[in-house]
Amino acid sequence: MSITIDKDSELAVLPERIRKFPFPFANDFYRYSANVEPANKDVATEVGNWGAGLIDIDEFYHEELADREAILKRDPSRMQVLPHMRTAVWDSIATLLPSMAAENPEIMSFQRDGDTCRWQNSLQSLDLEFTMGDDDSLPMEPMRFLGTQIQDDIVLLDVRENTMWLDAGLVTFAADWSFGFDVGMTFAEIHGPVPRVKEENIVSRAEKFLLRLQPGEQFRRTNWTMTVGRRLDTSTETYPEWGPDRGTIADDPDMPNKLHLRVEVQHLIRLPHSGVLMFLIRSYLLPLSDIAKVPSWREKFGHVLAELPDDMAEYKGIIRYRKAASDWLLSGKSAA
Amino acid sequence: MTITALQSSVHPAVEGGLRLQVTNISAQTDSISSITLVDPSGGRLPSYVPGSHLVVQYGSGVNAYSLTGSGNAPSEYIISVLRVDEGAGGSIAMHQLEVGDLVFVSYPRSAFAPVSNASHHLLVAAGIGITPILSHARAASDRGTTSSLIYVYRPGAGAHVDEARELMGSALTECGDRNSFQKVLTEQLTTQSLGTHLYVCGPVDFMDSVLNQARELGWSQARLHSEAFGAAELDDGEPFTVNLVRSGVKLDVPAGVSLLETLEKAGKTIPNMCRKGICGECVLPVLRGTPQHRDLYLTDEEKASNTTMMCCVSRSEDPELELDL
Repeated sequence: MSITIDKDSELAVLPERIRKFPFPFANDFYRYSANVEPANKDVATEVGNWGAGLIDIDEFYHEELADREAILKRDPSRMQVLPHMRTAVWDSIATLLPSMAAENPEIMSFQRDGDTCRWQNSLQSLDLEFTMGDDDSLPMEPMRFLGTQIQDDIVLLDVRENTMWLDAGLVTFAADWSFGFDVGMTFAEIHGPVPRVKEENIVSRAEKFLLRLQPGEQFRRTNWTMTVGRRLDTSTETYPEWGPDRGTIADDPDMPNKLHLRVEVQHLIRLPHSGVLMFLIRSYLLPLSDIAKVPSWREKFGHVLAELPDDMAEYKGIIRYRKAASDWLLSGKSAA
Repeated sequence: MTITALQSSVHPAVEGGLRLQVTNISAQTDSISSITLVDPSGGRLPSYVPGSHLVVQYGSGVNAYSLTGSGNAPSEYIISVLRVDEGAGGSIAMHQLEVGDLVFVSYPRSAFAPVSNASHHLLVAAGIGITPILSHARAASDRGTTSSLIYVYRPGAGAHVDEARELMGSALTECGDRNSFQKVLTEQLTTQSLGTHLYVCGPVDFMDSVLNQARELGWSQARLHSEAFGAAELDDGEPFTVNLVRSGVKLDVPAGVSLLETLEKAGKTIPNMCRKGICGECVLPVLRGTPQHRDLYLTDEEKASNTTMMCCVSRSEDPELELDL
């Protein structure tokens, strides 16, 4: 019985990064699905919970925003706003800042009188007055400004000709895709390379669903992959920096600490005034050594990796190390 | 009119919506009144997409009315209602509203949105059709996009004429009869640049005529937009009965209430996620009867076999469905 007691006490002191982690697997296997559900619903996990609010702010806030700043300095193409998307960017600001203030009243506040706004973010000692719709009233471009306040990547899809067009965004933490390459594409073109989803009709179903969303509606889904190192920028643009690690991690004795499960919580919001579809992509990284601290997570993720069909493992870029990861998880060893 | 006289219970089409208070009623013409609605607690109302409408409850029925503002962070919603004496009674009930009355309304619904990358908006309105067009004109002005408006109305019977004049200046052409309108329309349709989008609202035959002429003059369908109330929403559907064979229970599913909601109200727990017919969670086995499939999940073959249905959006073609439940 002492084992049980030890486990309980261990669970009780799990760090927040584990307790708040959006562990995505309900089963011992994984397939693509249009796993959408209404946003702002708290989800209980085996050791904690996530998802009660829209914009999640956690212990990595400053670190990730500094990371984003550095990436944008090196590569300004990570942010693009086509001229007709100006209204939508302001619509995003008018939607997200009040929502953040309502969810975090002790650290943030938003006041609006007509188009005159005041935004306070005590995490950044920021007290800003600006005019809604007036680009010059912000210290930088509106999209860039929004990217300094939230950890999420932002993608805006314009709705016209009965489809959606990726016409604006700020994406510094892409998981193996290129925002710059996708700008100007339609929803169907963006998803062209994903295996299986075309056959299974998931993209066209998802597109119809999104087109039917009414302004103001907020939904979400999760997606996952794996990343070597605590690294959010695994974009196509920086592939030479992170790609080679995929070939060596399986034999690395420190794999449990270096290899991460990467979960994206994606929000799908039809903006109220522009009608534009806002995708927010919030990425969470948790090393295998942390996952192993939750026995049911270790088992589920181990089985998911073992069972995943090759074409899906190939697309996710994990095929070279998924067996090593699965073997380690299912062996039951805990991290050093 | 008292609150209780106007609505005894909340209609499904406005359930989960807003309860607003009438703060002003002003006569636009002999038969058109503008009604101003605000949040009685003084809060800001949700922004809306230009050209949106509100579903408003009157008595036991509902009607859709276009919002006339730009939709940017409004503190009030203004609708204009044409009294139709031979209608279903909605417009008459609306004209009997008094300042202080409370009404149930939906959140604004968008089905006539402006195209963001249009280089110019050509707006065409006839009669009460001015209401969503005015919303478009205001939003275009806010956004710095140019627009021009052709407004046809019977002399002395035009709503919002002064506002349109002030807003549009020389970009407004007023027409008092079909002949003068025809001349203006033809001229405008043949002199627009390729990036212009056309938006029309008015009586159905009027809209059809404008759209047909535009098409004949080479306008592509993607550049033509007309108001179609509620086209983006699923309709309420017909009432039907479900027979839950294993439970030995029969339940009535009223119009405007989903099968999933009906089952939940009867104490059944049905796995579900999106409640919009896409995720596939709420699938139910059908034993007898033909479901009216309205989901995006089942394939065409699965729909044709009529052995399963998505109870969050789908209904019944037959008066009764038998479910394995």
